[in-house]
Parts: sequence; C-alpha cells; structure tokens
Amino acid sequence: MSNLHMGDEVVLTAADLATLYDILMQQGFQAVGPTIQDGGLVLDVLGGPADLPQGWTSEAEAGSFRLAPRTDAAFFGYNLGMESWKKFFYPPRLALLQVQSRDDGGLHFQACSQEALPLALIGVRACELAALAVQDRIFLEGPYQDPVYAERRRAHFIIAVNCTEADAACFCASLGTGPGVTAGFDLALTEIINDREHLFLVTVGSSQGAAVMANLPHRPAWEELRQQARDLVRQAARSQSRALSTADLPRLLYDNYSHPQWDDVGARCLNCGNCALVCPTCFCHRLEDAIDLEGREAERWRLWDVCHTLQFSYIHGGCIRVSPKSRYRQWLTHKLAAWIDQFGTLGCVGCGRCLVWCPVAIDLTAEIPAIRGQQVKM
Amino acid sequence: MSALPKLAVWKFASCDGCQLSLLDLEDHLLALAGKVTIAYFLEASSTVLPGPYDVSLVEGSITTPEDAHRIKQVRRQSRLVATIGACATAGGIQALRNFTDVRDYIPVVYAHPEYIKTLDKSTPISDHIPVDFQLPGCPINKNQLLEFIKALLQGRTPRLADESVCLACKIKGNICVMVAEGVPCLGPVTHAGCGALCPTYHRGCYGCYGPKEAANTASLSARCRHLGLSDQDIVRLFRTFNAYAEPFRQESLAHE
Repeated sequence: MSNLHMGDEVVLTAADLATLYDILMQQGFQAVGPTIQDGGLVLDVLGGPADLPQGWTSEAEAGSFRLAPRTDAAFFGYNLGMESWKKFFYPPRLALLQVQSRDDGGLHFQACSQEALPLALIGVRACELAALAVQDRIFLEGPYQDPVYAERRRAHFIIAVNCTEADAACFCASLGTGPGVTAGFDLALTEIINDREHLFLVTVGSSQGAAVMANLPHRPAWEELRQQARDLVRQAARSQSRALSTADLPRLLYDNYSHPQWDDVGARCLNCGNCALVCPTCFCHRLEDAIDLEGREAERWRLWDVCHTLQFSYIHGGCIRVSPKSRYRQWLTHKLAAWIDQFGTLGCVGCGRCLVWCPVAIDLTAEIPAIRGQQVKM
Repeated sequence: MSALPKLAVWKFASCDGCQLSLLDLEDHLLALAGKVTIAYFLEASSTVLPGPYDVSLVEGSITTPEDAHRIKQVRRQSRLVATIGACATAGGIQALRNFTDVRDYIPVVYAHPEYIKTLDKSTPISDHIPVDFQLPGCPINKNQLLEFIKALLQGRTPRLADESVCLACKIKGNICVMVAEGVPCLGPVTHAGCGALCPTYHRGCYGCYGPKEAANTASLSARCRHLGLSDQDIVRLFRTFNAYAEPFRQESLAHE
C-alpha cells in the first residue's frame, strides 16, 4: 500500500464500503449515519453499510419531505433528513448533575458522567460540516467551553459525502457552504455510478483518514473520474433554485425592525419552534431541576429550548417578546445578523431544514428578499 | 405533630379519568399520603374531613345549576384551586353541545326529559370562580400532576411548560407526521405536557392539552386546507376535548 497524504484522491468500489466500515469498527468507533425510519431519514447507529438508505432519494420542499425509490443503487442518493449531527455532540436531553441530601444535613453533588463512545459519522454533507464548525465556535472557541460538547467532539471520524444532487430546499451554493466539502473531514466520498461500475472517489482529509485508507484496497484516481466528480458537484450547485443573498445582511435586518413583512410572517408563524429545533447551528437550551417528593434527591437536566416560546424571554417582571412576530424576528435576526457580531460567522449554512420542517412552510429565502423589497423569483 | 396540608379533590361533569391519574401515581402515592392529608377524595376514600382545604383539585366542567353553586362553595373553602384536565380547564368534550341547542338532545337521550335540569352550556371552572392553576390534558399527565403537588409542598413555582407539542417531538426525534406524511397535526398549536404521545405513534396530535399560548390556529388551518382538508374536516379537527377553549372555538366557528 502506498503512503497517502492529505488531499490525495483514490478510488474505492461500492463493495469496499463494507471493509471501510469494518476497519472503523476495529478501531473502536461506533458508526452512525442516515437510516430510514418512520418515513424519514434518522441518524442512528449503523450495523453496516446495508443500514444506509441505499436506492432511496429525498424530495424536500418548504413544509414537505418525502422519500422515494431511486432507479440506481446509490448509498447516498438523498439529501438531508430532519435531524442534524448536532444531536450527537449537543444532545437534546442530558442529565448534568445529581444532588443528594446527606444525613448530616449537608448536600452531596455529583456530576453525571458524560463519557461517550467515539463516533464515526458516515455521510456528512458539506453544509453539515459547516454547521459543526459554527457550533465549534459557539461551544469551544468562546470564553466559556462547553465540557460536554468538547468531550464528545474530541474523538471521532468523519466520512463526508459530496452532494451530487440537490433538494429543492437546498441553498448552500449561495452561502459557499456546499455542495462540495472543503474541510473538516477525515475522508470525503463522491459517489459515482457509471454503466459498469459503482465507485467512490475518496479525498483524504486527515492523517487519521490516510491511515484508514492505507488498509483498504484502493486504486489511484484517474482524471476522467475526477472530472466527472467535479461536474456532478457543480451540477448540484447549479440546480439549486433557492438562494440567500448575504449582501448587507446584518444592516438590512437591524435597519428593518419595523418592516411590514414581520407582520406578514408573524401572521403565518406558529411559534412552534420547529425551525430552531431542526437548525444544525441553534444552540439554546434550558436547565430543569427535578426534585423528589421527599426533597432528598434532585437532578439537573439540560434540554433543547427555542426562542419562539413566551417563557424563553421571561425575566423578572414579565416576558420581553410577547407578540408572535417578535419571536420569529428574534430568531431570524439572531441567525442572520447578531450571530455575525457574536460569533464572527453567519448562523445559517443553507441546509434548508428550517423551511422543510416548518409545518406551515415559512421560507427564509423568501422572507429576506421580501424585507429587501424584492419579489422572489421561483 | 405539625398539621399536614389538606388536599381535596372535587368532581364535576367529567369521566373521572383525571382523578384516576392521581391514584395512578402508584409508587408516589404512599409518599404523597405522608406529606398531605387527603381530606376529601370520594373516588379514593369515603372519609370526608371538613374544610377549609389548602389545595383543591377540581375535575370536570360546570353543566348544572347545582354545580354552578357548588363550585363557589369549593372556592370559599379553598386556599388554592387548581383545575385538572380538559373538562375543568376548557369545558371538555361535553362542551360540543355549546355549539348546538342542548334542548334538542335531552328528549333523545332521556326517557323522562322533565327530570333533567341542565345549563345551556358546559363551561370551564374559570368561568365561575378565580382559578390559581390550570393543568390541561385529557387526561392530565400524572407526572405533571406530581410536579404540581411537589412544587406546592416545596414552596416553588411548578415547572409547567407553555410551549407547543413540537418541542417534545423534536427532543424525542420523532419524524414530523405533518411534514413527512401530510397528516394534519394540532401539535404546533397545542400545549405541551403529554410527551408528544400521538405523534410518537405516527398519529397527528388531537389537541388533548388544548391551545398553547398564542396558538396560531388560523395559519395551521390554512396549511391543513393546502393538505386537502375541507372546512368540515377542520371543524372536526378543532372540536374535540378542548372545543370550547377560545382559540379552538373561534377556529372551528370560522370554518362552519
């Protein structure tokens, strides 16, 4: 086997995917990736490549998601499901602390164990790598590190996948976050199905990735295949019908706090919080204490929370954001404007989940142009 | 021995299901019995202690002139009054009669209509007396009830979420039935508390916990029309256990 380095491109056959899986297992990783459950794509433990939604595609639009069979046997021929990878690093529900009252009247505090198996994430898309990078900034690079996130993010293996098709909901191309992956992975796959062969063009993204590939029977990549891979990704970018223009974005939102479009979207918004819950970068949570009837034992839990509830903006004396429109405006203005001031990056990666999983199909790629006073061309 | 807080449980027009949730606390029930004096709870015990009571849990809606009088007596004897369930909080399934003329039904149901004395409408407890807490649900969630009682005993605010059912769905990882299957779901306008029971089993939410704060029923209805529901379907969607809760009542009337 040749020595591989970062940036090297090699070729695997579809059958080699099982060997790749086995090697990751031998190295102690738990493989997680997309599976089909309940009519959706659910990120879950993979028993092998056979658990991937092979031969399926996804059809996503504002307020609608469906799976449909493909005519080929692609392993990654769909786009994004409802869930993002953040659930593995920033769990929706997490026990933090246990407290017991001792017989001498004192209290005993015990932090809950946050040990987690090292994960191999299989099938991470470019926009999702971008989202992980945003959450890294929030949880790791600020003045306060989140120890739970840090521990879970410490050891893992990422197999990224270049998107060769786009959903109607995708707009990563306009934000430069996809559809091709550029950084933040150990191996990146481009799935190519020709008349005779089902291949993966593999880009090595780390020394960890190179070491794994060295144990696999790979071939060097040839130019025609490279070109085909580039064309597929380019085509996935060109086929995107949605876009989000970031020109003057913070200023636009800060200057248009009273724009009539907020009333318009406020009348449609359900304040259900689904957009924030499916957003791969949203990070708000609340702490809940559970105390037993005897008052002897307590637990502290961390749960995902959303800025769309009345309670979220409660401070002494009342709630700040009473009107439904003010809550949606808060979410979008934070995501697309204040986020930049706060974390130096946009809070949106163009994955489209917020518009797909909005029960009433509210679409930020239509709301922002409306605030700009533009008509949306669809 | 210091006196334990006195708990009373009252029944009005209801199915007893919410009172059962109290008995259903099982393991916690004995511990609870050591923390409060169960002074009035006919479903559990024929022992009746006189008032006043520290906490009155009220199940059921007001449907008769006698009950309209009795609930005022409950209030007078109680330091705190909390409604338990959709009947007491919103009028219950029996409030479906509020949309028609109850006199049309009496001869159909009863052999001797002349014995029946009933009010025109089934109304929530809060229409008759000031209420301190409301626990929604058909039936209530026993864990919510336990949290409420614990909070009272521990002198803290009960942790009762005001968000939509969607938050529980997403925390559980349920695939949204409305988006992925086109199934009408009241989850986005419904008060949390059930743990997203129905969507967990691939059913749309029936709204058992009633409207959440700022429930945007009009927008949800518009989307339901888009999914193929008729006006009649939308009326039926909103007219169940919380039909007379104001946002649901208004929404069903708008589609009549």
